[in-house]
Amino acid sequence: MSVTQSSSGRVSAYEVVHASREFQSLRRHFGDFVVPGIMSFLAWYFLYVICAAFAPGFMSLRVIGEVNVGLCFGVLQFVMAFVIAMVYLRWGRRRFDVQSERLRLRLEEGRTR
Amino acid sequence: MSTTGGILASGAVGNPTVNITIFAFFVIVTLIIVVTASGKNKSTSDYYAGGRNFSGWQNGIATGGDYLSAASFLGIAGLIVLDGYDGFLYSIGFLVGWLLVLLLVAGPLRNTGRYTTADVFDLRLRDTRVRRASAVATITITLFYLLAQMAGAGVLVSLLLGVSGTLGQLIVITVVGMAMLVYVLIGGMKGTTWVQIIKSAILSVGTVIMTLWVMAKAGFNFSALLAHAVAASPHGKAVLGPGLLYGGGVSAHLNFVSLSMALVLGTAGLPHVLMRLYTVPNAAEARRSVVWTVWMVGLFYLCTLALGFGAMWLVGQKQVLAAPGKENSAVPLLAYKLGGTLLMGGVSAVAFATILAVVAGLTITASASFAHDVYSGVFRGGEAEPRDEVRVARVTAVVIGIFAVVGGFLARNIDVAFLVSLAFAVAASSNLPSIVYSFFWPRFTPRGALWSIYGGLIISVGLIIFSPVVSGSPGGASPSLITDPHINFAFFPLSNPGIVSIPLGFFLGWLGSVTDRNPADKARFARIQVRALTGVGAERSSRA
Repeated sequence: MSVTQSSSGRVSAYEVVHASREFQSLRRHFGDFVVPGIMSFLAWYFLYVICAAFAPGFMSLRVIGEVNVGLCFGVLQFVMAFVIAMVYLRWGRRRFDVQSERLRLRLEEGRTR
Repeated sequence: MSTTGGILASGAVGNPTVNITIFAFFVIVTLIIVVTASGKNKSTSDYYAGGRNFSGWQNGIATGGDYLSAASFLGIAGLIVLDGYDGFLYSIGFLVGWLLVLLLVAGPLRNTGRYTTADVFDLRLRDTRVRRASAVATITITLFYLLAQMAGAGVLVSLLLGVSGTLGQLIVITVVGMAMLVYVLIGGMKGTTWVQIIKSAILSVGTVIMTLWVMAKAGFNFSALLAHAVAASPHGKAVLGPGLLYGGGVSAHLNFVSLSMALVLGTAGLPHVLMRLYTVPNAAEARRSVVWTVWMVGLFYLCTLALGFGAMWLVGQKQVLAAPGKENSAVPLLAYKLGGTLLMGGVSAVAFATILAVVAGLTITASASFAHDVYSGVFRGGEAEPRDEVRVARVTAVVIGIFAVVGGFLARNIDVAFLVSLAFAVAASSNLPSIVYSFFWPRFTPRGALWSIYGGLIISVGLIIFSPVVSGSPGGASPSLITDPHINFAFFPLSNPGIVSIPLGFFLGWLGSVTDRNPADKARFARIQVRALTGVGAERSSRA
């Protein structure tokens, strides 16, 4: 498997790699994490935005003392950001990087040969 | 102005000599570090990417320093003082936007780019016109952002240094611009990164000290702090809920949704943020650095929540509005109230350092884009000598420095958080669609990229020009640039174009591609995806 640029017309080496089962599995892993991750943080964020814009009464309900729903909801956005960041880091280190590194080393071996 | 003895007739707070001394100390220390750390900076990789040797945490802290601009440090707390809860909404968008950088962009971008965003488009599309378009977008976004920073500098000058005359302000802004240029010209990306790291450290220390101080005054009871703020505010209870800034009418609500879209999608399109990802050795390290940034930025914004309500309580809205620089002066005034002249001097030094460091980062991004994309990529067919390219980058940096000084002088008195939000809208409309399509959409073509980049750019900037930001709204919290009430060409009702221009940017990229007679290059798509996800062929660090 060599990774060099091929002239147009034929199937390039990158296309061969791209179609390989290993790469498709890597890509699926990436998508399986990243797509739900993005969807969930965008949904959570825009739910917050819509509440702030269109339901100010709800956001002003008191929770404890002067702290209201809006402040709690806002702080929960921060919590979400921290949680997603840490989970992603862990997923990268434990799952994605190993698989990606293995494929990279193989491809680079192919190139020097 | 007689309520506090420290507010002088000229408008300065505290002791200008102390403020200048502390700031001068910061400049001298950072200059020494820049000179010793930067080395030769002969190669393009050194100058643009600091040799790609920074570790994840170093770059993460530096990126935080790049991101937490005057808009964050001065602007958000100021908005909270004026509009309470609605100021807090800004900071949430500014933070959550980082998740998109983290999940979608950080790894793939580090793996496929060299110095600029256009490098990624080039790998995918290989089209000089796209490279040129990307340079135009990068430079426009960066200059928008730069203008906001320099506007903040103008405010600080009049507030902190007691320089209220027009000529005096111009002189001080010029000095700030020159110090920035020294960092960029001598230090390159490596020197600038170290300035960002130092600035981040003192910004964090300053913010934490002030936050603890405010909380101590409220007996470490956040609810009590809010109660004090409510009692001191002319709006009363309303400051705790949304609606003061974005209440009243469907148009105001849409305006807020539009702003939120720009904030959450804009970060991943900001060229100076993306360029920082190239300073680390690999994709895993790039991801790690963004996680550091998320933590730093998040904790910082939680502090500004306390600072904003603290200033509402301890300084008061009336006094903030009476100060030169209005809401942007809330934090310095709070510092004066808490710790007197010395803390005030410290905080003003932090604020200057912030502007200096951010402007340096922006200048290096815009100059890299011009030298690498336009000079080398377009005029020299990508074959320019590295030495020539770096020379062109340095000359460009000087030109941008002059622009920054003049623009900053003209843009005084505009709320900086607000001005920055416009840069986010332009970034999300013109830059983000092509980045996403390049990595993840097989049918993306050069034509789609051109439509999306130029279309997003023209629509977002055009809508800003015909919005109340520029004309037709002479009074209010964010007055138009043109204050003459007779000149009114604002037909677009929203002050942030995001809700229209961002979907259109994506739509144009799609439309331009599917109607393209030349089909998308499948081999190039395969190549960019394999490289983005595995790191094959990624640029190495110079140490390896």
